[in-house]
Amino acid sequence: MRIAIVDESATRAAVIREGLAAFEDCEIFVLTERKGLVARIGEVAPDIVLIDLGNPSRDVLEEYFAVSRVLDRPIAMFVDQSDEEAIAASIDAGVSSYVVDGLAPHRIRPILDLAVRRFNAFARLQADLSEAKGKLAERETIDKAKRILMDSRRLSEPQAYAELRKTAMDQGRRIAEIAEAVVTAHRLMGGA
Amino acid sequence: MAARFTIGFLPLVDACLPILAREHGFAEAEGVSLDLVRDVSWATVLDRLLYGQTHAAHMVAPLAIATALGRGRPAVPLAVPFVLGLNGNAVTLRPDLAALVAPETGLGDPRKVGTALRAVAAQRKAEGRPLRFGVVHRYSSHSYMLRYWLAECGIHPDRDVEVATVPPPFCADALEAGEVDGICVGEPWNSVAVERGVGRIVLATAQIWRRGVEKVLAFREPLIEERGAEVDALLRALVAAARHFVDPANWAANAAILARTEYLDGSPAIIQRAISDRLLVAKGTETVHFPDFMFQYREAANFPWVSQALWLYTQMIRWEGREIHPDEAERAARVFRPDVYRRALKGLDEPLPGASSKVEGSLAGLTPVGTQQGRMVLESNMFFDGRAFDPADLAGYLEGLPRP
Repeated sequence: MRIAIVDESATRAAVIREGLAAFEDCEIFVLTERKGLVARIGEVAPDIVLIDLGNPSRDVLEEYFAVSRVLDRPIAMFVDQSDEEAIAASIDAGVSSYVVDGLAPHRIRPILDLAVRRFNAFARLQADLSEAKGKLAERETIDKAKRILMDSRRLSEPQAYAELRKTAMDQGRRIAEIAEAVVTAHRLMGGA
Repeated sequence: MAARFTIGFLPLVDACLPILAREHGFAEAEGVSLDLVRDVSWATVLDRLLYGQTHAAHMVAPLAIATALGRGRPAVPLAVPFVLGLNGNAVTLRPDLAALVAPETGLGDPRKVGTALRAVAAQRKAEGRPLRFGVVHRYSSHSYMLRYWLAECGIHPDRDVEVATVPPPFCADALEAGEVDGICVGEPWNSVAVERGVGRIVLATAQIWRRGVEKVLAFREPLIEERGAEVDALLRALVAAARHFVDPANWAANAAILARTEYLDGSPAIIQRAISDRLLVAKGTETVHFPDFMFQYREAANFPWVSQALWLYTQMIRWEGREIHPDEAERAARVFRPDVYRRALKGLDEPLPGASSKVEGSLAGLTPVGTQQGRMVLESNMFFDGRAFDPADLAGYLEGLPRP
């Protein structure tokens, strides 16, 4: 079975591909380029196309599938409609699928399920990563604010931190927010 | 407890009414809380609606009908109780092509531009590289307006030229790269092409059909009854937004809101041009004022005329090369729901037409029409070829049109 993964995020496409590699009888093609996508799909002649919901080429691709109905291997817009639940789950996960007409549902379902799991896992990974990045950025801002206080008010590092912490508690805000305000104010006052 | 609605949209100027209903508190005043979900393809806007991630969607009108009729996928009944706007699109050509077929300043005349284009199209076809036009979706008013115009000018849209789908944000790129010679798209994307010097606007679609239905608010049909009172409240909020949108006093503020990152993520100046019916047709020229370029409120613009749905159905049939099927025509007609519009706006200071269908393209001047509430005078609603569409005779209308 030939599966095309259409995703402008090469990382996510790789995560899906790796998951699908577990199926022995599948040949997997990853298409990340917007340019020439339709021609490439034509060459690949996939049995299943998996595409992320945020992909701007979906309308172009659907037009091609509509036209391809006159070809030997027409591609349907959707998997077996009796499987509403599976489709809803895939839409929730952010992936849409197109399947060659007449492909047996029992062959499609495991692939779709796996794609959904991989999409969800990738979304969680992204969320964790951005949280970690956010924490790191906050840490840096707090360090900068401490340095400003240490330089301008000749405080020790623990004193500077205590000062930020106390202000945050008094105002009912987070330390990172106070630090951000200190850094911004310092920049406005002409500090580097 | 506020009635919550999640509405999907694409970043286009005519997504304005749900956005402004939310931003100006019109929704809140009706006890409605709005969440908006932005997408980059109509396919995804539709998927979210069909699989329950959204309750309603900003949608190209023909796509709502195609979905209800099961074109491309199994049929799902949709209901359109509200039209989000008429027209607001334009035809933009590559500057070298525009120079051959359109006047140097201002918008062209549809008949003259079409006649000149016909000669170029024939030549390009003979050279084996036919002219290529981009439209935003195969089931879009853009596609049907462009095809209507081309066909009437003697250019067969499938045999003499090519019409392909190009997502609006890539229209300017496609013109620049020579992938297409022209586009028919909504604002701000024509203006983006003009600003980049890769296109010149030659026609507004309002010149092809003065009152052409464009975007609609589509729901899954059952929700219209299940949440009847809440849907009505939402429609009232949208009408309030429409009234606000067309008031010149609000243009600048509304353009600034629509331009925000979370909505259109674009230039407030360009958006304001569209809102104020002004177009810069070519780089380095003066803006042109084209009244009713966008049409969001007057003449009960938001009323879903059943005749509009049927006109779109005739065009779908026309370009599919099929025949009118009475059952199918009835299903297409049923997508547009004037009964719900009336239910929602009863007792408000808004005109409610007495009829649900009208002969489209039959009015050349001011015409007072019967209403069940308020007063209403319709202005010209002509097609550029002067043909009228009588929804009582679909087959007769189709026979009279140039067809494949």
